[in-house]
Amino acid sequence: MFDFLVQRTAISVVTLLVISLIVFTGVRMIPGDPARVMAGTDADAAGLEEIREKYGLKDPVPVQYLRWVGLALRGDLGESIRTRASVTGTVAKKLPITIQLAAFAILIAVGIAIPAGVLAAVRRNTFWDLLASGVSLCGVSVPNFWLGIMLILFFSVRLGWLPASGFVPLWESPLANLQRMLMPAFVLGTALAAVLMRQIRNSMIEVLSADYIRTARAKGLPGRAVVFRHAIRNGLIPVVTILGLQMGALMGGAVVTEQIFVVPGFGRLIVEAVFTRDYPLVQGVVLITASSYVLINLLVDVSYSVLNPRIRIRGATGES
Amino acid sequence: MSPDAATAEALLRAPVAEPAGRLRRGWRRVLRRPASAVGGVIVLFFASMALGAPWIATTDPLHTDWAKVRKAPTWANPLGTDDLGRDNLSRVVWGSRISMQAGVFSILLAISVGVPLGLVAGYYRGPLDQVIMRLTDAWLAFPFLILAIGLVTILGPSLTNVTVAIGLGATPTYVRLTRGLVLSTQAEDYVHAAWALGARDLRVMTRHILPNIFSALLVQATVAIPTAIIAEAVLSFLGLGVQPPSPSWGTMLNTAQQFLETAPWMAWWPGLAIFSLALSFNLAGDGLRDLLDPKDY
Repeated sequence: MFDFLVQRTAISVVTLLVISLIVFTGVRMIPGDPARVMAGTDADAAGLEEIREKYGLKDPVPVQYLRWVGLALRGDLGESIRTRASVTGTVAKKLPITIQLAAFAILIAVGIAIPAGVLAAVRRNTFWDLLASGVSLCGVSVPNFWLGIMLILFFSVRLGWLPASGFVPLWESPLANLQRMLMPAFVLGTALAAVLMRQIRNSMIEVLSADYIRTARAKGLPGRAVVFRHAIRNGLIPVVTILGLQMGALMGGAVVTEQIFVVPGFGRLIVEAVFTRDYPLVQGVVLITASSYVLINLLVDVSYSVLNPRIRIRGATGES
Repeated sequence: MSPDAATAEALLRAPVAEPAGRLRRGWRRVLRRPASAVGGVIVLFFASMALGAPWIATTDPLHTDWAKVRKAPTWANPLGTDDLGRDNLSRVVWGSRISMQAGVFSILLAISVGVPLGLVAGYYRGPLDQVIMRLTDAWLAFPFLILAIGLVTILGPSLTNVTVAIGLGATPTYVRLTRGLVLSTQAEDYVHAAWALGARDLRVMTRHILPNIFSALLVQATVAIPTAIIAEAVLSFLGLGVQPPSPSWGTMLNTAQQFLETAPWMAWWPGLAIFSLALSFNLAGDGLRDLLDPKDY
């Protein structure tokens, strides 16, 4: 177990180092002089020189990289060119909004996917199965930004039931917050629900044909008890796996969803940073996103190894 | 003649393979999944629309007509007009060319970069495998869309750059998939037989491994194309992809968002086009997976 943990952590550290290299190199590949971008178009040569000195832009690139990594490890990702606020502080302000949106989206996705996936598996090859599979396929294929626009068109423009955009913090007015979060969360949760539904259906079909389920049926347990007491526990294991794997897709989805519904979260921050060419912010936001993804996956792998010894044995023998 | 010799002779006389029989079996399987067949037909319809855009859409998609600004659908303009009086039908038809181009070429790029890397990593293992896989892990850590946004920021917004960005974003999936497939294929007897006969590495990879993992890669490509099409639309919607006045479905939706109250039809058609194209690719991909699943043979 200890060997597995050390090996898995070492791989994650190497991955994080490669990520930092990619992000650092990527931002330096953006055309244009960073000093010019920071100083603005009307800066003179002396002003540019001052900025280059201040930010160490005249140092060799490896020195600049090491300094940047050193500061990043201490939580200092520099400051935004546009607002002069610290990148870490800005992200810390925006991230809770996106986390709330993602949490709502996951709730909606799980709320739709579990009953639909279980029903499709239990009533395999019936109308319900066909319906669930069809809805799932549509959910994967529908572009979420179009779905968002259509929801605004019907529920805000035509019916006037929900506000089309904006954000109210949860602690200020829970109802107003819920009203504004409902449509974006539904849009963000649709694709996730579709993916989850498919996986739950497949997993439940497999579980329902297992020997212990046959034994439970042979003992005379009623169908519902077999499904809810025995099958569902193992059948829902993929939910955890898929949720871990879909975190990246959820982050990407948040970028578009927050843009459509004007939610001032992390996703919108990325687009704003790109459009305003706020490179330190782009660099920081991308680094935080990728690093969180690696750390979440490390946690998922470690928790699996605790739950399932076969994984850590495979890991320790060097299989990947 | 001993029974063994008779069996051997019978086997030698028997036809080695029946391509016509396999085709017939494949066709029967397609007919068993009508939805997939319909999906395939719709994909072909969109492909023909993209190729035949100059003949199908006779109105210039960039032609503005101030007398027809935001007009509801009529016989003259069956899908209505946009905020500059341009014909929506024409723009949707020409938009299919952009979507197909971005979807298909980006995945071709991902395959042409990812498959050789995965092949080499899985075949040689060792330090080379470790380097390629650590890079792939790092690349995979960037959410697909955020990576594409980052790459477009570096490359600049244009159809070619969006295609490259989506392609590079999709590459690690092919590296992983190919490597995994190579690892399992390498254990097969026919690969061992090729090695025993003294076949060189390149020959084993290209003649024995690649043809046997091709179907899995093809299925993955069919599933990845709709994602790429949606990604192009998203990037164009955000203003990072194809730039106006080019008729990309994403840019059309971006404009439509501002006129939802007065001209909702501007939002219906490009969105429906993306949805139906992505759905039909997914349906066709499902059918293809069933068709090529070796377990069925």
